Amino acid sequence: MSTQLTTPTDRQSAEALARSKGEPDWLVAQRGEAAELAGTIGWPKPEKVRIERWNLTAVGRYEKPAAAGAVSELPAIVRELVSEGTENLLVQRNSGAVWKQVAGELSGKGVIFTDLETACREHGDLVQQYLFKAVSKDEDKLTALNAAIWNGGVFVYVPKNVEVELPLQAILYNDDQESTFAPHILIVADNHSRVTYVDCVITDPAAAASPFVHPSIVEVFVKPGAHVRFGSIHSMGETGVDMTIRRAVIENDGRIEWIIGDLNDGNTLSETKSVLKGQGSTSDAKVISVGKNAQQNSLTTQAVHFGKSSDSNMVTRAVMKDSASAIINGITKIEHGATKANGVQTEKVLMLSPKARGDANPILLIDEDDVTAGHAASVGQVNPEQVYYLMSRGISKQDAERLIIYGFLAPVVSEIPIESVRGQLQRLLERKLEG
Amino acid sequence: MTTQFVIDGLKAAIDGKEILKGINLEIKGGEIHAIMGPNGTGKSTLASALMGHPKYEVTEGTATLDGEDLLEMEVDERARAGLFLAMQYPSEIPGVTNSDFLRSAINARREEGNEISLIKFIRQMEGKMKDLEMNPEFAHRYLNEGFSGGEKKRNEILQMMLLDPKIVVLDEIDSGLDIDALRIVSNGVNAMRSEERGFLIITHYQRLLNYIKPDFVHVMMQGRIVKSGGPELAERLENEGYDWVKEELGIVDETVGQA
Ligand SMILES: Nc1ncnc2c1ncn2[C@@H]1O[C@H](COP(=O)(O)OP(=O)(O)OP(=O)(O)O)[C@@H](O)[C@H]1O
Ligand SMILES: [Mg+2]
Repeated sequence: MSTQLTTPTDRQSAEALARSKGEPDWLVAQRGEAAELAGTIGWPKPEKVRIERWNLTAVGRYEKPAAAGAVSELPAIVRELVSEGTENLLVQRNSGAVWKQVAGELSGKGVIFTDLETACREHGDLVQQYLFKAVSKDEDKLTALNAAIWNGGVFVYVPKNVEVELPLQAILYNDDQESTFAPHILIVADNHSRVTYVDCVITDPAAAASPFVHPSIVEVFVKPGAHVRFGSIHSMGETGVDMTIRRAVIENDGRIEWIIGDLNDGNTLSETKSVLKGQGSTSDAKVISVGKNAQQNSLTTQAVHFGKSSDSNMVTRAVMKDSASAIINGITKIEHGATKANGVQTEKVLMLSPKARGDANPILLIDEDDVTAGHAASVGQVNPEQVYYLMSRGISKQDAERLIIYGFLAPVVSEIPIESVRGQLQRLLERKLEG
Repeated sequence: MTTQFVIDGLKAAIDGKEILKGINLEIKGGEIHAIMGPNGTGKSTLASALMGHPKYEVTEGTATLDGEDLLEMEVDERARAGLFLAMQYPSEIPGVTNSDFLRSAINARREEGNEISLIKFIRQMEGKMKDLEMNPEFAHRYLNEGFSGGEKKRNEILQMMLLDPKIVVLDEIDSGLDIDALRIVSNGVNAMRSEERGFLIITHYQRLLNYIKPDFVHVMMQGRIVKSGGPELAERLENEGYDWVKEELGIVDETVGQA
């Protein structure tokens, strides 16, 4: 049985677990506080999705990770996702890291790429400056829960002026659904640095299926002039609930690119937000989602402009099969003083069955006159005129529909700047669309 | 055996409203037939009913291509049997490149495992695009998306050339074409003339027929072919309009399906 608590954790057990793992005092205290908070505040309330009806209690118990001796010991489903070579690779299994490697050349330049637990022990001062500074632990029960129980995780630090050529890759998977699986990913790109980080979050399909929750937080700090590319594909099992909050804070002339593939089979809450703090800061977010069966998806992209001449672009495209639903929110907020800011967003849903549901809610909140902003949203079915046109050239109905569906996603997929992510996304998309 | 396309007593309705009131027409390989007629008289409906557009319900009659009953077939089967319709209003398909689409259409006619090689396909496509004086970038553009009216028409002809059909129906292929494009498209059609291929050309203007010489000209009114003749009929219509035909036949309202 999974731990079934109305309050997923409490101060005492959170602190005891942290101590037993040898975590620094500041972290023990942070977890204790967060655990208490988690018992008092409510779950996030996304538009039109009642997530409190999802099974949110199956957070499981901590399972001490057993390190793998070699990449070849990792299961095939993990090995097949290794797309960037094994030079810079981190693997989390259930509650902790089981494999990590970083090229000597990178550590020589001061780059840190390790699991967040290790980083808290070895680079405590650095981590403490950033952990829970983009997302605050008291926002809601989800952020508090992650703060109380997060495990494994990823920490990336790129020093000033260092450009990391190859993508850093993490694979996070669970194969024991009774174990807590709650990563926290923290990326800090110092002034004028460049880095690409890609991850995959998956469930081993061979694992016994029972309910589990994946409460996850991503925080990215983009310092002046830095450039971060963040690619992430989530493809967890049907019995899971994925709740992932991603947030970046971008300083002067910094840039973040988000590429998100929400391809879970279970209910999904996905929120990706850029806080454009600095002058000339820019953000580009691309989100792709495919829903099947009775899956519910709440997908939010958000850009908050504080910096003058800041620029944001957000695109979400979702294909819903069967009786799946997608509520897509796009929020562009331009604060007073963010002159010459520009924010555009597009949300589109294609429904493949009469029972599928899609909803696109573009929201522009603008407190400054001297700005440009735009939005477009559409929700619709496969157009029978288009199917007819393709069929009139001899293409079968099934192939015609496939062309139209892939065509719907293509403008986003084809623009994904990281080749390996594009390839993986395409492969997983196909699997989910055809399956 | 030369191609034989026979439409016999074809009636069709849309939303329960009868538009085609019994069409009889026979087209043999090598022949070019033109259909003219005022707006709203059922010309496009005939084309759509033959192709199998889901909105059009055939209520009576047959259409056979080399003895095979087309009306029993799904739209894609009709196409593979050799029917091609260049549409008056081609659809736009975002996200699907013209070349991916064309390759799918060609491969749909080939056995699995015997798909056209990429190199051979590109050579064919580029060759035909050159004949049609199309900018090579159109291969990578999304199918018809943002194409101008004339560009869409040229793209329809490109498809016809690559798919090598037996019976070609061109629905107002000349509308939206500038003078040069009209010549280029007509040359494309003429290059496709052969003993194995028949054409049915729907047009409003003699202009096109100066380039593509028809063997037969038919006039459509009220969902029927009301008059047939040779090329001289098109010339007379161009000069005199339709009033004399209406007078001759005692037709007051030539349209069909208007309440
Ligand atoms: N999809 C449709 N829905 C409703 N009415 C239709 C539809 N298609 C055709 N009709 C009606 O059928 C009649 C014949 O239309 P059709 O398009 O066949 O005319 P046409 O001869 O091709 O005219 P044009 O020269 O203007 O292209 C018209 O009254 C038209 O409004
Ligand atoms: Mg017409």
